[in-house]
Amino acid sequence: MGPLSIFNNFPEWANLLTGFIIGIGFGFALEQAGFSSSRKLAGMFYGYDATVLKVFFTAAITALVGAQFLSYFGLLDLSLVYVNPYYINASIIGGVIMGAGFIMGGFCPGTGLCALSIGKIDAFLFLAGGLTGAFLFAETYPLLLPLATSGYKGPIKINEWMGVSAGVFSLLLIVAAVVMFWLAEKAEKKFAREI
Amino acid sequence: MTKRNYMNPYLAGMLLGLVLLAAMYFSGRGLGASGGLKYAVVAAVDAVAPEHAKQSVYYSSYFESGEKPLKNWLFFEVLGLIAGGLISGALSGRLKFTIEKSPKISNKTRLLFAFLGGVFFVYGAQLARGCTSGAALSGMAVLSVAGFVTMMSIFGSAFLFAWFFRKLWI
Repeated sequence: MGPLSIFNNFPEWANLLTGFIIGIGFGFALEQAGFSSSRKLAGMFYGYDATVLKVFFTAAITALVGAQFLSYFGLLDLSLVYVNPYYINASIIGGVIMGAGFIMGGFCPGTGLCALSIGKIDAFLFLAGGLTGAFLFAETYPLLLPLATSGYKGPIKINEWMGVSAGVFSLLLIVAAVVMFWLAEKAEKKFAREI
Repeated sequence: MTKRNYMNPYLAGMLLGLVLLAAMYFSGRGLGASGGLKYAVVAAVDAVAPEHAKQSVYYSSYFESGEKPLKNWLFFEVLGLIAGGLISGALSGRLKFTIEKSPKISNKTRLLFAFLGGVFFVYGAQLARGCTSGAALSGMAVLSVAGFVTMMSIFGSAFLFAWFFRKLWI
């Protein structure tokens, strides 16, 4: 039964090794997807390359459906898997700031690290900026505390909030993703551009 | 080695999803990236200005139970991320020191905006308690409302600001 680290009481070294190996898979998948290229990532927002949408939603749905299957067959206790807590204001405002950073820098932190690994110098600058951003946040944290902790709703789940089962919500998400994939394929033809 | 094409995006997405599922199955958590940068900053501040780290509400919370910020699942996962990207780039013939940019802008402009983008992105990620990986992708996989809201907020904002920064890309 998973999570294995909890049921088998992994010692620290095993936890860190697991993290490292999963990280290798993470970096490999991002790089193979083409996420080491900022012009490919930014293409999402001008319509000429929708790889971001295709990879992102396929990944989310694969993990979402996979987790439900593992839970159904008694292989994974989902109540022990971390669910992100919802702080309304921090999620929205933080997201808006991230979106601005995305379009200026052409990377998010994960894709920036991935691009750094294959030698992109612009990714090195993005990450230097990222470390600066983390430092600025730490130093301004006392000022931000009211905003960061306001509107706390706990680790609520979207299907419970909508009053449907996890399975029904997943099906709706898959239908929405298929529609978006169809639109994405059309947009790529309409706004095609050499990069 | 000859340069190979990128993987089919839907196939790459499935691979990424399986890695995320593995993180949930083995470690009971999702993937992350910005958190790794945060731990690096916490460790650096503690090394350079230990007094400041001890007094600050923010940094001190990372040392409460005698923990070491770099001996951490997420930090090791980020080290793995770099190794995995390197392996993939080597296998596909994509290892090269280069500045990737639109031909219409100078290297200086690209690097300046890359830096600024990094500052904004990770600042926002600290506020939202996670970035595209930790909050949006991993959050969505566990059906967390925070995951869906952060995802829509990141992509909505990037679409909104895209017009202002179009000269950087198209």
